[in-house]
Amino acid sequence: MTQGQRSYLHEPLWLKAVFIAFAVLFLTALLGLPLYEIFTQAFQKGLDFYFEALGDAVTLASIKLTLLVAAISVPLNLVFGVVAAYAIAKFDFRGKSLLVSLIDLPFSVSPVIAGLIYVLLFGLQGWFGGALKSAGIQIIFAVPGIVLATIFVTFPFVARELIPLMEEQGRSEEEAALMLGASPLKMFFMVTLPNIKWGLIYGVILCNARAMGEFGAVSVVSGHIRGETTTMPLHVEILYNEYNFTAAFAVASLLAFLALATLLVKTAVEIRARLAQRQRLQAGAEGLS
Amino acid sequence: MASDFLLRFRFREKSILPGFGVTFTYTILYLLVIVLIPLGAMFAKSFSLGWQEFAEHALAERTLLSLRLSFTTAFIAALVNMFAGFIIAWVLTRYDFWGRRLLDTMVDLPFALPTAVAGIALCTVYAGNGILGSVLGRVGIQAAYNPTGITIALVFIGLPFVVRSVQPVLEDFEKEIEEAAMSLGASRLQTIVRVILPSVAPALFSGTIMAFSRALGEYGSVIFIAGNIPFKSEIAPLIIITKLEQHNVQGATAVAAMMLLISFSLLLLLNYLQIRQKRRA
Repeated sequence: MTQGQRSYLHEPLWLKAVFIAFAVLFLTALLGLPLYEIFTQAFQKGLDFYFEALGDAVTLASIKLTLLVAAISVPLNLVFGVVAAYAIAKFDFRGKSLLVSLIDLPFSVSPVIAGLIYVLLFGLQGWFGGALKSAGIQIIFAVPGIVLATIFVTFPFVARELIPLMEEQGRSEEEAALMLGASPLKMFFMVTLPNIKWGLIYGVILCNARAMGEFGAVSVVSGHIRGETTTMPLHVEILYNEYNFTAAFAVASLLAFLALATLLVKTAVEIRARLAQRQRLQAGAEGLS
Repeated sequence: MASDFLLRFRFREKSILPGFGVTFTYTILYLLVIVLIPLGAMFAKSFSLGWQEFAEHALAERTLLSLRLSFTTAFIAALVNMFAGFIIAWVLTRYDFWGRRLLDTMVDLPFALPTAVAGIALCTVYAGNGILGSVLGRVGIQAAYNPTGITIALVFIGLPFVVRSVQPVLEDFEKEIEEAAMSLGASRLQTIVRVILPSVAPALFSGTIMAFSRALGEYGSVIFIAGNIPFKSEIAPLIIITKLEQHNVQGATAVAAMMLLISFSLLLLLNYLQIRQKRRA
């Protein structure tokens, strides 16, 4: 039952060729050429200039800040994602779909507004602005604000990946573990967590890519203090607006490498997850017979 | 049968797994602190402005023009994505050709590439002296620093939403149904339009609405290619940024509240469509 034997189900060859040509051209013009342009622009003035641009003190500071922000916000959202998915997928309660919609909410909020809401809370004119100032704590135009805004925009990534996965898996394996005498923690770490491994990695790498690349939300709360509150995307913007295009694209190329690595891991995880799923189904079928 | 069903029903209501209290409380608390309280504070702030002040900022000509621009460009980009996204999903699921895997992976690039990087790259490609911009310029199309450029950036950002919604539905579509349509005398075109398209339509619509709602608030990939000419190519998020830079927090809040009201209504519509889709299936 291969596709070839069902050729009467296929479009005429010319139509197929037109469709494929359209897809290839559209994706090349929209995605391929911009990606190509990032690297040609970055290496335009040669390797020496490229590494000089990356070795600049402000650039290094921006790389450090970006890594720091991701190192705080991704684990927080990872823990939240697992906990929320466990509560939502393994138990039945009223208002479940409302809770899921609320978790998705940050996706439909403009990144600029995501930054603004923290300015309204913690900025000088904000609700807690006066109290924070007298306590000597600065959140807006400082690193804590950048972290908060990043947590907001990457909030749903892990949870959204895990909820459907855990719902599909049900809770029979956990129940079996409990009946065999496993403690709740042992059940969680030896049954629940291994079962969602691939979905978890998938969610985390997407969350990380967005955390390191966030621009709009961070731009609002950062204050653009060079070398102090500029993350890599903000540094790219500053260099670009100073007409320092080659340096801007050099920093941008690092973020593009990150994106390519993300896509690579994502594809690998998808293949592994499909294999794991097939094994689970096979094991289930054998168990039944 | 009936008792079996009842048993399952009761079983569904009560879970013997531990940890509901802790995990549920943590979920609610984290959600409150990070999302709900800050968003609520923003709406409280915008209500405290009073109608006069709210209208002065949110209904100013420059703001309304930017909202209209954001809406029209996001709408056109969503339509382009609906059309192109369907064909691309079709090509990726139905045909086997050299480089298909690579194209399939590439579709996710807008999810992985930081928006600011996408913004400067698109701008370089589509500006008058860029690879494609110069070609388009020769036929009289200016593709950067105007609404056309904004639309191109929004197509970029929204495409994977449509492709990734449609793809699984096309993959799961049973060939037997197509065969049945053919054997009952339908032409290939009739089969596609009357049989396949209706079952893909809900996914296609929800993907398009997701792309539209993302495009509406998009900032990073747009501002470089937009040109940001007052009254002509300023998007709504840029108005918020501009007002904040002028330390006009009230004005920024008013515009933001209006944008949020609009995108939340869209979210409700999306949820409604998805529920309806589930009920049908």
